[in-house]
Amino acid sequence: MDYNEKVIKRFSKPKNVGEIKNADGIGKVGNPRCGDVMELFIKVKNNKIVDAKFRTFGCVAAIATSDALCDMVKGKTIEEAKKITNQDIVNDLGTLPPIKVHCSVLGREALDAAIKDYENKKN
Amino acid sequence: MKVYLDNGATTRCDEKVIERMKKIYLKNYGNPSSLHSLGRDAKKEVDRARKEFANYLKISEEEIIFVASGSEADNLAIKGLSLAYPEKKHIITSKIEHPAILRTCEDLERNGYEITYLDVNKEGLIDIKKLKELLRTDTLVVSIMHANNEIGTINDIESISKICREKNVFFHTDAVQSLGKVKLNLGNIDLASFSAHKIHGPKGVGALYIKKGIRLKSIIKGGGQERGLRAGTENVPGIVGFAEALTSLSEKEIERITELRDYFIERVMKEIKEVHLNGPLKERLCNNASISFHYVEGEGLLYHLDAKGIAVSTGSACSSKSLQVSHVLRAIGLKHEIAHGTIRFTFSKYNTKKEIDYVIDSLKEIVTNLRKMSPLYPEEK
Repeated sequence: MDYNEKVIKRFSKPKNVGEIKNADGIGKVGNPRCGDVMELFIKVKNNKIVDAKFRTFGCVAAIATSDALCDMVKGKTIEEAKKITNQDIVNDLGTLPPIKVHCSVLGREALDAAIKDYENKKN
Repeated sequence: MKVYLDNGATTRCDEKVIERMKKIYLKNYGNPSSLHSLGRDAKKEVDRARKEFANYLKISEEEIIFVASGSEADNLAIKGLSLAYPEKKHIITSKIEHPAILRTCEDLERNGYEITYLDVNKEGLIDIKKLKELLRTDTLVVSIMHANNEIGTINDIESISKICREKNVFFHTDAVQSLGKVKLNLGNIDLASFSAHKIHGPKGVGALYIKKGIRLKSIIKGGGQERGLRAGTENVPGIVGFAEALTSLSEKEIERITELRDYFIERVMKEIKEVHLNGPLKERLCNNASISFHYVEGEGLLYHLDAKGIAVSTGSACSSKSLQVSHVLRAIGLKHEIAHGTIRFTFSKYNTKKEIDYVIDSLKEIVTNLRKMSPLYPEEK
């Protein structure tokens, strides 16, 4: 697979692996049959995402995407995070092999799910 | 440390093979079809290689055709038969064949052929009784691979070919993975495909055994080489290298590789929890270990091993161009999530026990880390 160095580096040494105890929002998406399951945990303070961690069963691209996404959302308000597109995630990694772009979509879906969970809990 | 455990994909060329090929490239570089002495010398080299091949397989020289790959040999066998015996429109094969057979059969299917794809059991073996019932008067050929490239299963092709012979149906086997490793008695086998680069020979050369008396039509037309069955200037260095490679694995080396394989399997099964071996324990290729690591995905595992200098391959969908789980792993009934975590380790005579120990240590560390990262891995474990 034609991964760039940035993707390989993210995959080899992800910084945001783990779960957040008492997370304010948890999003779990994907299907083990398809080979990708992503779980995203976010901690929110004053409407701002202060921490993000992930657990992922998946390929190199899925793990790199999860890790990049965590870094991208940290420090953003919920509204700002909602605006992140899957292309933003791809751009952050430089490029992804075309058949791996769906991993970034999965990242976007995990973020949606985590934010929804946060909003449900809040209300 | 660099450890190459992807010998099912291809192998390192044997130095003796390279020495013989080098001589052809530098001195005997003529075209075997040329009339001058350089051409005649090149033809002698091809003839000699063919004789070595024939001696090795206990067949006669005119029963072997050199081609450019195992895939080409498979294509020529099936398509060549279909062109020569157009009245027979039924073919039987299995669900775990190499894509060179499956895609060729699908091609014929689009042209009005009926193809029966036999199921296999969880070890990758076909049901011979069932095959017997399926043979018809219009069955052209049965094609069942000798040893499976992914899970290492060795099919009982002697029994299968005997049944086909009794019913007057041609039997072809893809013996690319088994050549030089498993004893092969061509007795009732009508056609068999081989490849050089899987047995420490050069890439770009294959061979097809065609039993005397079987008509075949060529699929590559041109200058009439290989008794008109395969046009194109003979790959003289490749053919010579192939013949040399046939004897690159001694009995003793096969024994040693088998021991390495068993040592590897035993330690992995004992020291890493929740793994399983695909394919049979006994009737398997001497150099194949296909292992599924539950709760992890194969591509990630492969890249981590790669970072440690270890080369393997995976049946995970995530690593394939089509994003489909390996058809072989599906056919043996593996759940998708388990198939995704399947790694194929294939050994060679160049591997050492020290290398295997290093691979096991690396695997233990990587699998533990990936499982920690996996939301599928139950926490209490």
